[in-house]
Formats: sequence, structure tokens, C-alpha cells
Amino acid sequence: MKDFKSDQEVRWCPGCGDYAILAAFQGFLPELGVPRENIVIVSGIGCSSRFPYYLSTYGMHSIHGRAPAIATGLAASRPDLSVWVITGDGDGLSIGGNHLIHALRRNVNINVLLFNNRIYGLTKGQYSPTSEAGKITKSSPMGSLDTPFNPVSLALGAEAGFVARTIDSDRQHLTGVLRAAADHEGASFVEIYQNCPIFNDDAFEPLKDPAERDMRLLRMEHGEPLRIGADRGVVMGDYGELKVADIAEVGEDALVRHDAHRADPGYAFALSRMDYPAFEHVPVGVFRDISRPTYDELMAEQLGGAEARSGQEELASLLAGGDTWTVR
Amino acid sequence: MTKQVKQLDRVIIRFAGDSGDGMQLTGDRFTQETASFGNDLSTLPNFPAEIRAPAGTLPGVSSFQLHFADHDIMTPGDAPNVLVAMNPAALKANVDDLPRGATIIVNTDEFTKRALAKVGYDSDPLSDGSLAEYKVSQVPLTSMTVRALADFDISKKDAQRAKNMFALGLLSWMYNRPTEGTLGFLKSKFAGKPEILAANLAAFQAGWNFGETTEDFAVSYEVKPAQLPPGTYRNITGNLAISYGLIAGSRLSGLPLFLGSYPITPASDILHELSKHKRLGVRTFQAEDEIAGVGAALGAAFGGSLGVTTTSGPGMVLKAETLGLAVMTELPLLVVDVQRAGPSTGMPTKTEQADLLMAMFGRNGESPVPVLAPRSPSDCFDIAIEATRIAVKYRTPVIVLSDGYLANGSEPWRIPDVAELPDLSVPFTTEPNGDDGEFLPYRRDPETLARPWAVPGTPGLEHRIGGIEKSDGSGNISYSPANHDLMVRTRQAKIDGIARDIPELEVDDPTGDARVLVLGWGGTYGSIAAGVRRVRRAGGTVAQAHLRHLNPFPANLGEVLRSYDRVLVPEINLGQLALLLRGRFLVDVISYTKVRGLPFKAEELAGVVQEVIDRV
Repeated sequence: MKDFKSDQEVRWCPGCGDYAILAAFQGFLPELGVPRENIVIVSGIGCSSRFPYYLSTYGMHSIHGRAPAIATGLAASRPDLSVWVITGDGDGLSIGGNHLIHALRRNVNINVLLFNNRIYGLTKGQYSPTSEAGKITKSSPMGSLDTPFNPVSLALGAEAGFVARTIDSDRQHLTGVLRAAADHEGASFVEIYQNCPIFNDDAFEPLKDPAERDMRLLRMEHGEPLRIGADRGVVMGDYGELKVADIAEVGEDALVRHDAHRADPGYAFALSRMDYPAFEHVPVGVFRDISRPTYDELMAEQLGGAEARSGQEELASLLAGGDTWTVR
Repeated sequence: MTKQVKQLDRVIIRFAGDSGDGMQLTGDRFTQETASFGNDLSTLPNFPAEIRAPAGTLPGVSSFQLHFADHDIMTPGDAPNVLVAMNPAALKANVDDLPRGATIIVNTDEFTKRALAKVGYDSDPLSDGSLAEYKVSQVPLTSMTVRALADFDISKKDAQRAKNMFALGLLSWMYNRPTEGTLGFLKSKFAGKPEILAANLAAFQAGWNFGETTEDFAVSYEVKPAQLPPGTYRNITGNLAISYGLIAGSRLSGLPLFLGSYPITPASDILHELSKHKRLGVRTFQAEDEIAGVGAALGAAFGGSLGVTTTSGPGMVLKAETLGLAVMTELPLLVVDVQRAGPSTGMPTKTEQADLLMAMFGRNGESPVPVLAPRSPSDCFDIAIEATRIAVKYRTPVIVLSDGYLANGSEPWRIPDVAELPDLSVPFTTEPNGDDGEFLPYRRDPETLARPWAVPGTPGLEHRIGGIEKSDGSGNISYSPANHDLMVRTRQAKIDGIARDIPELEVDDPTGDARVLVLGWGGTYGSIAAGVRRVRRAGGTVAQAHLRHLNPFPANLGEVLRSYDRVLVPEINLGQLALLLRGRFLVDVISYTKVRGLPFKAEELAGVVQEVIDRV
């Protein structure tokens, strides 16, 4: 398969999680089975948004937060393309929050990869919409006052049909999630926990440390019971919420079996609320993967077979429509 | 009774009533009847921004003015010869515009004590002699309509609502308008409501019959068809003409049309119209905001569509950043700004031409964008095609500055022969253009300086574009000082070079010895031309020219400016074109400006022109 590396020198800080994501993405693209000329990467602004330069596909490094809007026009007018949006927590959730939620609700056939390092990298270290409350940064010396977004909850609230979370350092898991996102028809949203070694180093360390991670990660597999490590699992609470219990106490049968295809988003939303307090038990994998008509399909359907190819006649009859009169 | 028929060469009628009285519909139907009769015409709808302002109040008055004639006319007219006033508010809001001797038809049913007091009339103007210098026809429009519809199975409210059709019937009789169009219109509008249809037809007929029988109206009038150039005509508004022009531009360029837009007055009708034409492959996208509208259009342009976004002033502001990206990525993009009174929300339903400097300069950095402005409702069609031509040929965003007056105003439009429209097709690049077989997205056409347009899906031409400065040729990111200087100058040179590809400015100077030139741009064309015509009729000598291309200017503009002693520049802003002309050509033009949300009056401009002539 072709090499998807471009001839451009990759310029991120040493140790940046973007390298790992890029490597996984470049490695995954050949198995996508789409010729490189039919792949388009659209990004906004931020460290992650340099992504398009490093891939030998078509690409646009656009403007702050607007990539989902630009990708919407591209995908809606060119259903033959595989369109990927690369964004970060600042780009996608602050300045571009509006475009992101609308692209998801419309179910435009794009794949959104949101690199979440919970900090502003490119503008050098201010708190972001996913930074924990009380975060001390240059712009919040006394601690930030903002309540952070949970990107997965937000995406589910915006009616996204495919929502997943993965981690930059786990190439195998990351690749699996990318594959599932690509397979999904319609808008896919993938949150990738990504390390910023300069301004928010080790933000996700508890999820990466081999000694700890298995006690914290809830690896979701469709049809399988939801387990955290060997001893704990997820059960349904009295109000439909999901909670963690000792398997020894509740018994194996009480564990919730993961169903990513539930039409009702309530279950996936409950799952997305489980990573509190910080990283005690973090679901990773596919929260939701349901099928509904995509925006571009619906648009193409409206244009339909009626679309006139005999341009001139159609145009002439359009112009001559309505009440007319003739001067001789 | 045999009634006298009097010949007139032109008439200006204004229908005025509450915003719920259906005045826009009445005016529009009368316009259609007039168009199909073959008069030349021009219209000026004027309505509040509120959907339904409080009934019977001055802010709630909605009006529609129509000027029609047996010769070519330029404007909707300065002062109405006939005012149809559906209530005291409509009378009060409009009476000051009437010349002495004008006809006023009032709906007396609405002239109650309470209604009069509501708009500050201390006494009844119908009886206190204050309208002595007008011909006032007092017609109980509402009660006559209700009586005419007594036998119909409809509510009293529905019966009262049909009074606009009664008024339309009466005026249609007075001016000998053909009625088939209105009857057909009503039939299709109320196809699903047979009782309402029958009532409206009856009200219309009753109005007509009332004119025919009552002694109040002893005379009806006739305005002969105008001698327009041969061809098939229809009446068209600016917004409809722009919509058709965009569809034509798409067909002529061979590019599918993609509109990304967000509703805003007075541009929304373009979105509405284009949304109807999916059969012609038109994709319309109602975005979440103005930014997404233009963003999606640019994304579609990257994919090989004719990307279009439509908006009005405040929305234009939000699109600025994406326009900069379009300049940087050098992709074709059409941006239609239907200007309205500003700043900020301003007056959404009132016209202005104050977005010129924003269109020219309202972006960060050196960010040149071609700017075009239509001169009349029907010219909106041609300007959309011209904008398409420039955008696809030069790979650049193009801004079209229409305005609220052009958007809603209408005039007869000679339907063009599609076969005679220009071929705008531009082939996409499909082969590498580099010396070593690589693709250089910023290697330019030496003549136009346009870069290649290679769309995704084309094998071997994969490339990246974006808003960061690009290296000449390769398009790689570049912070090189020399490269930035080169790229800034090249982008400017590309836009400047369009001047070689547009017509020179034509000056209308019939005697050839005028010393004063009146130069305008955009939607003021009709008012200026009518003003100039008056001056000439009175024996004055004056030249007129009108700009449709504002960036770049026509190549001969400087020479034209310098060949007159004085140049008068009327604008509905505070002198934006004047500023550009002074800065660019060091010519001390005379700026005449007015910003009242309304077009200039021809008479007023004639006076200003004459003053300048007198001073030379």
C-alpha cells in the first residue's frame, strides 16, 4: 500500500503526543482502502491542526474552529471523498464549539478527531475548555473558574451517531477506534487523550502507567460485560445511572453488557459520566455507534435523479418562467 | 354611464396600510398587472422590520410604491400621484411625500376617533380641511368589502381581510390594468380554500365594479405600453435576478452550485429561491451561522463546486476571516452582500450603500478582493454572471454589493437568450505542472496569475492549502521575508490585473462638452440617471458614468475623472467611493451623501447637479 507520509518535516515539540497519533494514522490509512487522492484532511488552528501537512493526501489547514464547517461543505458536495477533521480541545470546543455540534447533529459524513490535551498549546499554556476547574495557568494564576466540558457527553448531547475515546500512547487501541470511526457512515467523533509535554505534561499519566492503568481503564467492547480490572465492573443504579461495583459483591451476571448500538443515547451518556472523580475509572472505546441517514445522502436524495443534465434548456425555461410579455 | 378615459404618460402609486393589511401583496399584484400590460416600471417596497408592528401605529405602516410609464423610467419615482391609505397611520406617514393635487384614496372605515387619536390627529383630516390641496376620495373600503361578501361562508375577519383585494380591484379599474394574472394568482394561492378564493375574487370584482359605477370616479386612466427593445420580458426583483444569475453562472461554468448561507434580511430571498432549484443541481445549506455559511461554501469550492454565500451587512462582518482564508488559498468564492442600513443591526429593512470600504478593506493583512455592484434589479443577473467569471478565472473570492432597494425593488427584465450567455468553463488541473513531475499548487498562469485548481479526487496532485503563508510555487509553509513580500505583491497584482479584463468605464456625455461629471456606483444608478435627465431637459450639460467594477476600477477611470472640471459623487453613505477616488487618483471629487434608508430622489439630485454646474 502507498506511503501516506508527506515530504514535509514534522514540527512538534519533542515528546508531543501528536507524533504517536500521526504514526498511528499514517499506519492506518492504507488499510482504509481509499486511494489517497480521495482522502481530505481539514484542520483548524492549533498544534494538532498542522496534521494535514504531514500526510500525502489532499488537505486544508484552515482557520480557528471552522474546520467542521469547511468540511461540511466539502463532504456535502463530494460524497465520494473520505473527509477527516483534525482539531483540538481549544479549536473544537471553544472557538469552534458551535460548528462542531452542528456538524454532529446533521450527521455530515466526516470523521472528527479531537486531540484533547486539556490545555492551550499553540498559544502557550492558557487553560482550555477541558481543563479541570481551578487549573493554574498564565491566564488563570488563581485557578480557572470554568467548569470543563466533557467532550464525549457534549458530542452525545449533539446527537452524534458515533462517539469514541482513545489514548495517544496506545497505538493498538487508537488504531482500532480509527477503524471503527472510518467504518461508520455519518459523523464520527473521536476524543483522543493527548499529552502536551510542555504545558500539561503527564495530564493522563494515571491512564498510561502500567501499574495503574488497568485499575482505571474501562475498555468497552460491544456485547461484553463492562469490567474495570479483574475485580470490578459496571452495574445499573436505581435511576439508570451507571456505577462501579465489586464483582464479588454483585455477581458476574449483574454487570452491564456494553451495547454501542442502542438507539437511545441515555445509556451512552451515562457511560460518559463515569470518569469522575478525575480518572478513577475512564471508559475508552466506542460509546455509541448507531446508524442513521447521513446529511450528504439526504441532500443527494433531494437533488435526486431529477437533476437536469441538459443544462441549457432547463436554464432557459427557468429564466422564462413566470408572467412574461413580448415586445416586438 | 360612459366614463372618460384620460391618457397619462406615467403614474406613481403608493399603497400604504398596516403591516397586516397585505400592502406588499397588493403592490406586487398591481406591479405584475402593469408588467404584463407592457409599461416600463420600477418599484419601492418599504416595510417595517417587525413582523407585525402594533396595528394602526406609525411604525406599523407598510407601503409599496410603483412607478409605471409609457417610456423608459429609471426610479420608483420621487412623489406619488396617488396614495391609497388604508388607515389614519398610513395617511399620516405618507401625506408629506405627496405633491399638491395628488389623489388620495382613503378607507374611511378606519378613520375612527380612536384610530385618529392613536397617531396624534387632533381632528379628522378628512373633514378639517387639512387635505384641501389634494383630491381626496373617501371610500368605505372595509364595510363595502364586508357587504360584498355577506353571502359567503367566511368569518367577518376573513371578509375584512379581503379589503386589499377590493382596493386592488378599484385601482386596476382606474388604470385599466389586465386582471387575468391576478385572478390566476388568487386561484393558485387559495387553491385549497375554495371559500376564501371565492371571497377574494368577489372582493376584487367588487372593487373593479365600484370604480366602474360610482360617480366618485368619473375618469379612468390609461398609460400606454412602453417602447422597450424587442424581446420577451418579465418583471424581476434584484434578489430573484441574483439567484438566477448564480444558477446561470453555475451552468455556464460547468460547476455545481453550492450555497452556504444564514438567513438575514434583506438577503434571505436568495436562499429561499435557490433552495427551490435542486433539479438544477443546486445544493443549499442553511448553516448554523454566517461563519459556517461561508466556510461550507469555501469547502465546497475546494471540492470543485461554485461556492456561494449570501448575506447582509452584519453577516458580512462575520465572514471576514473566512474571506481572508479564501484570498490565501486562492479559491473561487462568490459573496453576495445585500447592503442594509448600519452599523450593527442598523435598519434591517432599509437600504444603504455603506459596506463599500468593508468590502474593500475589511480583512486583516493585504487582502485584495474584487468588488462588483449591480446598478438595477435586472442588472443583478448580469453581475452574478460577471462575478462568477472573475472568481473562477482568477481563483479569488469576489464580493457583490447589492442593496435592499435593488433586492426588493423590481423592473422589467428582458429575458436573455441562454445561447448568447458567455462560456465560463474553466478546466480543473489534472496533470502535474512541476519541472520534475511534481505538482506545484502555487505555480501560476503567467497571464492571469491564477494558481491551478486541482480538486480532491485527482490522482497525483495531492496537496495542502491553508491560511499560513505559502511558498511561491510549492505551497509549503513559508516564513521567508522575501517570499511573503513576493506573495503579498503577487496576490495584489493578480487582482489589479483584472482591470485588463473588464470593460472601460463608459461616459454618457451626449453633447461631448460637459464640464461636470456625475459618477456613482451600485443601486443609485436609476436616481442619478433620472436626475441627470432632468438637468438635461432643463438645458443643462452634464456627463454621467456609473461604476459596476469597484475593485479593480476600470483602467480608464483616472483619465475620465481628470477630463472633467468637477466630479460629483452621490452616495448613500458618508462618502466612501469619494474617499477611494481621492486617495487613488488625487482628484478632489465633490461628495454628496444622504443616509436615510431610502434611495435618492431624482429631483433632489437634479438640484445638486445643477448647483455644481452653476458653480463651474
